[in-house]
Amino acid sequence: MAILITFIVIVCVMAAILGIDAYLILLERKTAAWVQDRHGPNRVGFDFGIPFLKRLTGGFHFWGLGQPLADGLKFFLKEQVVPDHVDKVLYFVAPSIAVITTLLAFAVVPFGSTPTPANPDAFPFVIAPNVDIGIVFVFAVGSLAVYAVILGGWASNNKYSLLGALRSSAQIVSYEIPLGLSVLVVAMLSGSLNLERIIAHQAMGGLFAWNIWFQPLAWLIFLAAAMAESNRLPFDLPECEQELIGGFHTEYSAMKFAMFFLGEYTHVITVSFLTAILFFGGWHFPFIAEPTSSYPGAAVVKLLVLFGKAVFFIFLIMILRWTLPRFRFDQLMSLAWKVLIPLCLLNLVCAMFVKHWSLSPWWLLATSIALFVGAGTLGTLLPSTPRKRVRPAVS
Amino acid sequence: MPMTEKDVRWVKEPRMGFWEKLYVPAVVQGLGTTLSHLFGPRVTQQFPEERPRLPPNYRGVHRLNRDEQNRVKCVACYLCSTACPAHCIDIVAAPSPWPDREKYPESFVIDELRCIYCGMCEEACPVDAIELTTLFDLTGLTRREMLFDKEKLLSVFDETVKAGTDPVRTHRGRLGPASDTLVPPARLGPSGAVGTNASHPSDNRTLKERGV
Repeated sequence: MAILITFIVIVCVMAAILGIDAYLILLERKTAAWVQDRHGPNRVGFDFGIPFLKRLTGGFHFWGLGQPLADGLKFFLKEQVVPDHVDKVLYFVAPSIAVITTLLAFAVVPFGSTPTPANPDAFPFVIAPNVDIGIVFVFAVGSLAVYAVILGGWASNNKYSLLGALRSSAQIVSYEIPLGLSVLVVAMLSGSLNLERIIAHQAMGGLFAWNIWFQPLAWLIFLAAAMAESNRLPFDLPECEQELIGGFHTEYSAMKFAMFFLGEYTHVITVSFLTAILFFGGWHFPFIAEPTSSYPGAAVVKLLVLFGKAVFFIFLIMILRWTLPRFRFDQLMSLAWKVLIPLCLLNLVCAMFVKHWSLSPWWLLATSIALFVGAGTLGTLLPSTPRKRVRPAVS
Repeated sequence: MPMTEKDVRWVKEPRMGFWEKLYVPAVVQGLGTTLSHLFGPRVTQQFPEERPRLPPNYRGVHRLNRDEQNRVKCVACYLCSTACPAHCIDIVAAPSPWPDREKYPESFVIDELRCIYCGMCEEACPVDAIELTTLFDLTGLTRREMLFDKEKLLSVFDETVKAGTDPVRTHRGRLGPASDTLVPPARLGPSGAVGTNASHPSDNRTLKERGV
């Protein structure tokens, strides 16, 4: 019976994620258009030019909502071009790794209400409930996605793809560290790596127990590192259209290309859910979604609250894409190694002190702000760029 | 001449202050700019529903003008086909059936695919018989369809004059009412009146005096 329920949940979640992925691509294109004062795709309705469907829908365009379906259909029907010079096995394995690992990482992420000490019998809205290494599992499996990029770039046997893969490996290895370190503080505060317990800890304490109050710095670092992990724009050096054509997916077309995209957008969804869960109280919201609220439909409200928070962060990630220009490679590396990692370590030390002497967690807000301002001050004091050496003129 | 050390000027990057070094305030400011555009006005023209407002001197499909008696104005002088850099105008002249001119075009064919829409035919014409209209969405299924003969070019005249998009610009050398709108309103004098000689060549006031 339990296996049947799990199976149903898996099917629902996978279908939902793939559907949301398709519509996120539409949202991305719409957001891009709105930011650039355009309308975005608004022509494709649900008739696809078929006369029967056209009569059924009255020729209405539905504000372009049919676009993802048309795009998906196009990806399936396009010719599968496999260049002669690629490594056939790895070339096909890479896009599947991109999709499998990112979908797998979602297995332990709660997407609705979960049990708390106040209502221990609540149905857990998560595929694999009660995994004690939850957050570690997400990062362990999620970071396997780098193999998709590296293998795809290597198997393509193309210098642009290889350069993209090379950058990606350096980037992901660097940003894993601040990502893990920033989450470590949250795990320390909640006393668990289990995502449901982390939510329960915040939900039981109310609005002012959300980790964002104590760890705004960890949130900033987490967001930056997570965007780097999912290759989103300020950190999208692996694909980087202007320099590398398409980077690691230059040689990919049709459905294999779409699978890389699915992987990327699933990663964005996972990251947004994790942000909401780790720092913004998960499904908890004052008055309407408390652990004790038991009115009919409370589970749906909690699901919608968590989903709303996740959509907010997805949207934030999307408009950040149209706000920040791409990093240069040395800037990317120095941001991780010279800024984020030291800040994370200092933040961790502060959290250790607070936990050791059982101080109020509000001290962590003070230390976070102090570290942030301190980093800014240090940045103004240190030389920003290496000194340029002028080569003496050759006479 | 090779570059020397003197010619190289090193530009120093402006030093960032404390506020910029925090980065986050600048990112938030950037997000504000992005968000303000999210709700701002749209610049896209929804083309098939919304037609573009083209200036009257737009160079689109040609037309052959008619005179007051509905005859073709052209006198088959070949000046347009001589001026044409793309050699897309083909004229066959014949003795005119009318007493006021020697010749008239028996056939007048423009290859609209070969044309580069430079407007030199219009400039060359001594009797203002050929003009470019603001029709721009010219399509066809075959190349043959895009060879516009005399009847087709005259029908373009009839349609554009009837639709009012392209009034006849000149009338036997005198500028017609369509020429007034060639001056965009912003370039007119402070009164803004259309049809004043604000941009007439004989007006020898300076630009500033005219209030441009």
